Amino acid sequence: MRNLIIFIGKHHFVLLFIILEIISFSLIINNSFYQQLVFLSATNEMTGKVNNTVSNITGYLNLKETNRQLAEENARLRSSTMSSFIKTSDSIFIINDTLYRQQYRYVEAKVIKNSFNKRNNYLMLNKGSDQGVGKEMAVITSNGIVGIVNEVSKNFSSVMSVLHKDTKISAMIKKNKYKGTIVWNENDYKTGNLIDIEPHVKFAVGDTVITSGNSHIFPEGIFIGTVKSFSIKPGDNFYSIKINFSTDFNRIEYVYVVKNFYKEEQLKLLNTQKNE
Amino acid sequence: MNDKVVSNILRLIFLVALQVLIFNNVNFSGYINPYIYVIFILMLPFDIPGWLLLVSAFFVGLMIDIFSNTLGMHTAASLFMAFCRPGILKVLSTGKESETDLRPNVYDMGLYRFTLYALILISIHHLSYFYIETFRLSEFFRTFFRALLSILFTTLVVVLSQYAFSKGKTK
Repeated sequence: MRNLIIFIGKHHFVLLFIILEIISFSLIINNSFYQQLVFLSATNEMTGKVNNTVSNITGYLNLKETNRQLAEENARLRSSTMSSFIKTSDSIFIINDTLYRQQYRYVEAKVIKNSFNKRNNYLMLNKGSDQGVGKEMAVITSNGIVGIVNEVSKNFSSVMSVLHKDTKISAMIKKNKYKGTIVWNENDYKTGNLIDIEPHVKFAVGDTVITSGNSHIFPEGIFIGTVKSFSIKPGDNFYSIKINFSTDFNRIEYVYVVKNFYKEEQLKLLNTQKNE
Repeated sequence: MNDKVVSNILRLIFLVALQVLIFNNVNFSGYINPYIYVIFILMLPFDIPGWLLLVSAFFVGLMIDIFSNTLGMHTAASLFMAFCRPGILKVLSTGKESETDLRPNVYDMGLYRFTLYALILISIHHLSYFYIETFRLSEFFRTFFRALLSILFTTLVVVLSQYAFSKGKTK
């Protein structure tokens, strides 16, 4: 026992280092599990307030650009409303609401913290569970996809960006509907990768890539980007395709959080499939 | 002694705020992320006990982690940096550090030795941080390149900040 105490006294520096290093690595490894969620929800409120203040200040600097984007989107939406179409036929339209039920609802939110230059990037939004934001909801801008909500507190939410090594989003090439997966293995926030496209698929540089609607998170047809370059290595079963993101991750300020009203139903069905 | 504690705590708060509010938003060409909060670990006094050095490094890393959503990563990197600090100081020592009024800065160490000291420790910190963040070997050289650019930039900022903020002793 005495020897042990002497040993600890002699090597306390190394021992303390090892203990603290183990603690920090367990923090990293638990990153995707329950402990971190508890920890983050507790701190989100606190760090959220700090980030909110910073964002309020920097928001003023980008007002011009934001206004331009909003005006652009307004113009696009206005041109698609009924009143901007001229009636060409006199036949009677019956609008029956039971035919269309709303599946997606969009909540507008402001980005109060954004990162895009790390290997794994997150954003923080100023809306949380009190405003109807929940986990695993899609986050998009008027230009394209942004990410998926991974954590919510009462008034803030944290979004796992597309620029993250674990983000996988189901996508398809718009013109021929072949489906693949969007991942991010680049260092550049402007480029991403589309994988799982088979060699027989025909497409060209500049083709549009959109979300496929195969997941319960993203609605179908959200713009992702355009094909930048592609290649196939001999012996590979899939193309490796680089795409240009349509979203400018450097300048995201306002986003929409997409709530899928039928998510539970879809998931329930999916689970029964798995069980059988 | 009390004076030292207070000035180091003030420096800690100032550096964490500076890192979180300003330097986390600095990105040149998507490659350079300066982590200037390591100045805190660099400038702890020579005669700090080993356990306090490690605990301070753990604490500053954890604070940065909480604010930048990278739980554990900065903590691990700054701990490793603090662990290496006594060894590096021993190698670079001139034997005069036992005088308690000397601090690790440009004025007491000299430009050359301080830059070398900062460069080695910042390299240790950044390399471990970037590799922990990436966590896969397939991107070895790309990660190395990112780390290298950030190391050079952080070292530059650290050395310049020495002239901007700390005063030499008036003799």
